[in-house]
Amino acid sequence: MSRAFKPKVVTANALLEGDAVWLTIDDRWTRDIAEAELMTDEAHADLRLLEALSRQSEIAGAYLADAAAGANGPQPTHFREAFRTRGPSNYAHGKQVDL
Amino acid sequence: MYVYNDFDEAFVRNRVAQFRGQVERRIDGSLTEDEFKPLRLMNGLYLQLHAYMLRVAVPYGTLNAVQMRQLAYIADRWDKGYGHFTTRQNIQYNWPELRDVPDMLAALADVGMHAIQTSGNTIRNVTADHFAGAAADEIEDPRAIAELLRQWSTDHPEFQFLPRKFKIAVTGATEDRAVTRAHDIGLRMVRNAAGEPGFEVIVGGGLGRTPMVGKVLRDFLPKADLLPYCEAIVSVYNLLGRRDNKYKARIKITVHENGLEKIQTLVEDRFAAIRPTFTGHDQALLAVIETAFAPPAFAVKSSDGYQAARLANPAFRSWTDTNLAAHKAPGYAIVSISIKKHGATPGDATSDQMRAMADIAERYGHNELRISHEQNVILPHVHQSDLPAVYAALRAADLATANIGLVSDIIACPGMDYCALATARSIPIAQDIATRFDALKLEHEIGPLKIKISGCINACGHHHVGHIGILGLDRAGVENYQITLGGDGTQTTTIGERAGPGFSAADIVPAIERLVTGYLDLRTDANETFLQAYRRLGMAPFKTLLYPAEDQADAA
Ligand code: HEM
Ligand code: SF4
Repeated sequence: MSRAFKPKVVTANALLEGDAVWLTIDDRWTRDIAEAELMTDEAHADLRLLEALSRQSEIAGAYLADAAAGANGPQPTHFREAFRTRGPSNYAHGKQVDL
Repeated sequence: MYVYNDFDEAFVRNRVAQFRGQVERRIDGSLTEDEFKPLRLMNGLYLQLHAYMLRVAVPYGTLNAVQMRQLAYIADRWDKGYGHFTTRQNIQYNWPELRDVPDMLAALADVGMHAIQTSGNTIRNVTADHFAGAAADEIEDPRAIAELLRQWSTDHPEFQFLPRKFKIAVTGATEDRAVTRAHDIGLRMVRNAAGEPGFEVIVGGGLGRTPMVGKVLRDFLPKADLLPYCEAIVSVYNLLGRRDNKYKARIKITVHENGLEKIQTLVEDRFAAIRPTFTGHDQALLAVIETAFAPPAFAVKSSDGYQAARLANPAFRSWTDTNLAAHKAPGYAIVSISIKKHGATPGDATSDQMRAMADIAERYGHNELRISHEQNVILPHVHQSDLPAVYAALRAADLATANIGLVSDIIACPGMDYCALATARSIPIAQDIATRFDALKLEHEIGPLKIKISGCINACGHHHVGHIGILGLDRAGVENYQITLGGDGTQTTTIGERAGPGFSAADIVPAIERLVTGYLDLRTDANETFLQAYRRLGMAPFKTLLYPAEDQADAA
């Protein structure tokens, strides 16, 4: 049984700061997942990941993460990816205060 | 304390310069991440969930005041004003930027520190009993041996590409405070029939996804044979260890799959072959190193003020009851500074706190500090008459929590708040448990209890050897916490047993509360610890506490 493809975003860590970034439709790296390109086609997602991986001087460790369409744009569906949009829970550090 | 000689100094400086070049080439795009990753890991630089992380070695847990102040300076200058002390006697900085890391390493080199081999498939930071050189139950200070091992293992050409990471721990005491049986090599100092000190050599212990208690490879190894013998073990492992499957690559699996006897034969053969090539240089070096670990000049003075202060101040008395350990010198005490204030992140110290601890160590502690694997900081040598002043200074720095060895003295790995490998968070669980038991005002009545939490099966938080272990997992996209009971990390090392189905993040703290308050009813008297009660009674009554019959169905 082939499972339905879950929508994806391309995400990575910024090369210099190391924080989470997402790929936008116009090929920018954004720190706000809501601006990311949400991809519903598997082949297209794989291609976008390859393109992302070629941008070695901007990011490290790109991968595809599950996401869902929300009112303002893509949202994480798994708690790990949700933490990456915010930062740690023990201090007000990271995106929850920097963005 | 050991001070870098010209060779060490040049080596570390050289490595900083090399890494600076590698970082530049990574930033300008001439190195890909795949090429850079092994280089950064060799220098302790990880990439985590929200940022890079720099892991700095505190060899055998020993620091002086100048080094501690430098750690504070690095935290302020290049991080967010704090550092995280870990179970392997390292300090981790959670927020460095890539461009700054070479400067951070240079700042470490300024005080004789580095981050070399704090990651990668090499011999890692050699850990030691955090009471080394001070403990009343010690044969000899094991840190000279640890330093010898550090020098031997650093950049050892044969051991830069081992099948997997390799961890060595050493203790000179009867009470095992270094978890030697959960290390790739554990060294316990013992005496032979003639009364000479040597080592019991333990091999193949480890936690992670396949926890194993180390096995005794040699009952007694003369001190002079230590380096060639360790070299023999690592070189047998280097050839025999599996490289086809990273989950089977640790020496614990090599020992398990080949059997202790075969490993013993191979190690003894290899040892016989290489022993003659050790012609005494290592022993000459050891003799020099030993002078660096000579005990401080202990003061002889009255302790009357201490007793009077204990009588006068109940808070001080309570702190002395929990946070002191027996010292070998008359009139002295070992002070454990709790980095586990209720509700705070276990092991995190602010730069102000680091400076305060450095000042106290300089003024009252013979300029020595230790990092314990339990994520606390130790002042190994404090005269009793100085304890009231030390306590007052610690209070002023918010470091006077009286909870060493109690419910709230929890080991917790960074978990999913920082770690890219995590399957669940561990820090908030530790915070909530500590806060809850503080509110119940029960922890002193409960007595000695070790809770240890890991955020995934890698077990960095030592959950397998916690009296109560908590393992955070991802169950169908939700954080879930599994409990193990009866673990022990001392000379009677035992891997804890799984109690049953896991608990949600909301249910785990109440479950721990039922377990611990239930134990109070199960124990024979106040002297029977949680672990003793568990050993006497077995799993059944504790399981009943965790899974009361009426909601057994929901607990799954
Ligand atoms: C970036 C964060 C970390 C990563 C990626 C990481 C990775 C790992 C991995 C993969 C293992 C399993 C090794 C194996 O079974 O072969 C492990 C084990 C371990 N780590 Fe970590 N770890 C991290 C943080 C820490 C921290 C913060 C500590 C100390 C608090 C620590 C101490 C340990 C210990 C004690 C073990 C178990 C002992 C053993 O090696 O068997 N690690 N770690
Ligand atoms: S146990 Fe897992 S979550 Fe915790 S630090 Fe280790 S690898 Fe990360």
